[in-house]
Amino acid sequence: MAVAHGLCSGMGGMRTTGDLVCRMQFAKSMKIADAKKYVADKLEIDPFQLTEENYVRDIREQLGMGVVTGQPNTPKGMPAKMNIEKVLGIEISSCEHFRQQVLRN
Amino acid sequence: MVVDYVTRMGDGRRVRLTKEQIMSDIVAGMSDGVDAACVPELSQDELDHICEVVCDQSKITSIEAGKEVVLSKDAGAIKFNQDNGGSGNAMPCMGRLEGILVYERAFGFDSMELAWMDYSVKPVKSIINCETANYEQMALMTTIPLIMGAMPNLGLYYAPDGPHPNPTDLMREFKIEESMASSEAAAEQLIKDIHYTCQEIEKVGCEGYNFDTVASAGDAEFYATLKGIEDYRKMNPNAYIECGMSAENVLGIHGQMEYDGKILGGMYPHEQVKVVEKAGANIFGAVVNTNTSKSFAWNVARSAVITKECVKTAKIPVHANMGMGVGGIPMCELPPVDITGRAAKILIDIANIDGI
Repeated sequence: MAVAHGLCSGMGGMRTTGDLVCRMQFAKSMKIADAKKYVADKLEIDPFQLTEENYVRDIREQLGMGVVTGQPNTPKGMPAKMNIEKVLGIEISSCEHFRQQVLRN
Repeated sequence: MVVDYVTRMGDGRRVRLTKEQIMSDIVAGMSDGVDAACVPELSQDELDHICEVVCDQSKITSIEAGKEVVLSKDAGAIKFNQDNGGSGNAMPCMGRLEGILVYERAFGFDSMELAWMDYSVKPVKSIINCETANYEQMALMTTIPLIMGAMPNLGLYYAPDGPHPNPTDLMREFKIEESMASSEAAAEQLIKDIHYTCQEIEKVGCEGYNFDTVASAGDAEFYATLKGIEDYRKMNPNAYIECGMSAENVLGIHGQMEYDGKILGGMYPHEQVKVVEKAGANIFGAVVNTNTSKSFAWNVARSAVITKECVKTAKIPVHANMGMGVGGIPMCELPPVDITGRAAKILIDIANIDGI
């Protein structure tokens, strides 16, 4: 059922920019239109392109924000999230925790 | 010649209805929602659009490109290994990390949640060290927003599962004051448990928390959750906080529980979202219940009119709860795909929801 919603109505997560738009809803309580505009402005693309897989995939790779396919030598997980922080101009709690652990000594 | 359209009832059964019957159900469902929640009616254009989507005979109906919304999830990846009672698939070998990565990398989900099998605050509290250790490692591998979550589930604090007398049992004995006192005492204990849980998840840089199925035990549970959210927000101004309801209407089991000067019992989504906002949540999960005896057309129109007012009133994003038995989706173990897409399209187009 959740997958049906994803196919019929979802933005597509890391396949596109759905995770970035969702992160702005969580981080700044932005409504969907505002969150899409914010992410599109940061990526310097038209909001309509946010869900265009082929177009956005290359941008994600260039900016090191993680791609959904198993591409070697491209950031995923924590390094990708640290790049997302820079691109979106936000602080992510799990990244901050990681930085504190690395810099502990 | 009368043309029939294949559609469904609120229990998932397929039925054939004429366009006139469908439109009649849409108007009746909307009117029922207007009466129940005291919200404005939909326009004729909006009713016509709902009818058009319900009558569309494609197997799968989806949203227009550019109008997509984001998804958040209750119970996270435990849906893979639960039995059907939790709408799960009972796959014995699917670990939670693998499940979360499948959602992220195979299903294209926009966010995910780490959830414990016994999905309530009280049992999670006792294994919180296991949960935080797991979260810390999973956060290294995942890219999408990853939060933790559980149901406040105040019912677990009442006898026979908890130390407090059951308020409904006391009411049956006409012990009204004792019943209210029991609700209040249980709510205070839940607030402490939410505080403890949030304090522990903060230590591992958890991105946030999903308070799910809120107010399932009525207004005292809603009160405790709002106080818990308020407390968590003070702990971490950057925490991602989602608050999703259990039903469209808060049961006033206590009857006089207040938050921000407002009586919580009897609140509908457009009123619930205001106190959730005030408490400090980022996303509100609105619920409208499905009536299994009525058609999909009736249920989705009712859901659209109630949710529309909620989104209009809200300053924070609203994710419509669209699992089995809510948001116009039939109440059955396998919600049909032909209905899932139609219900979402109607709530996106008419109610302007920000997510599902």
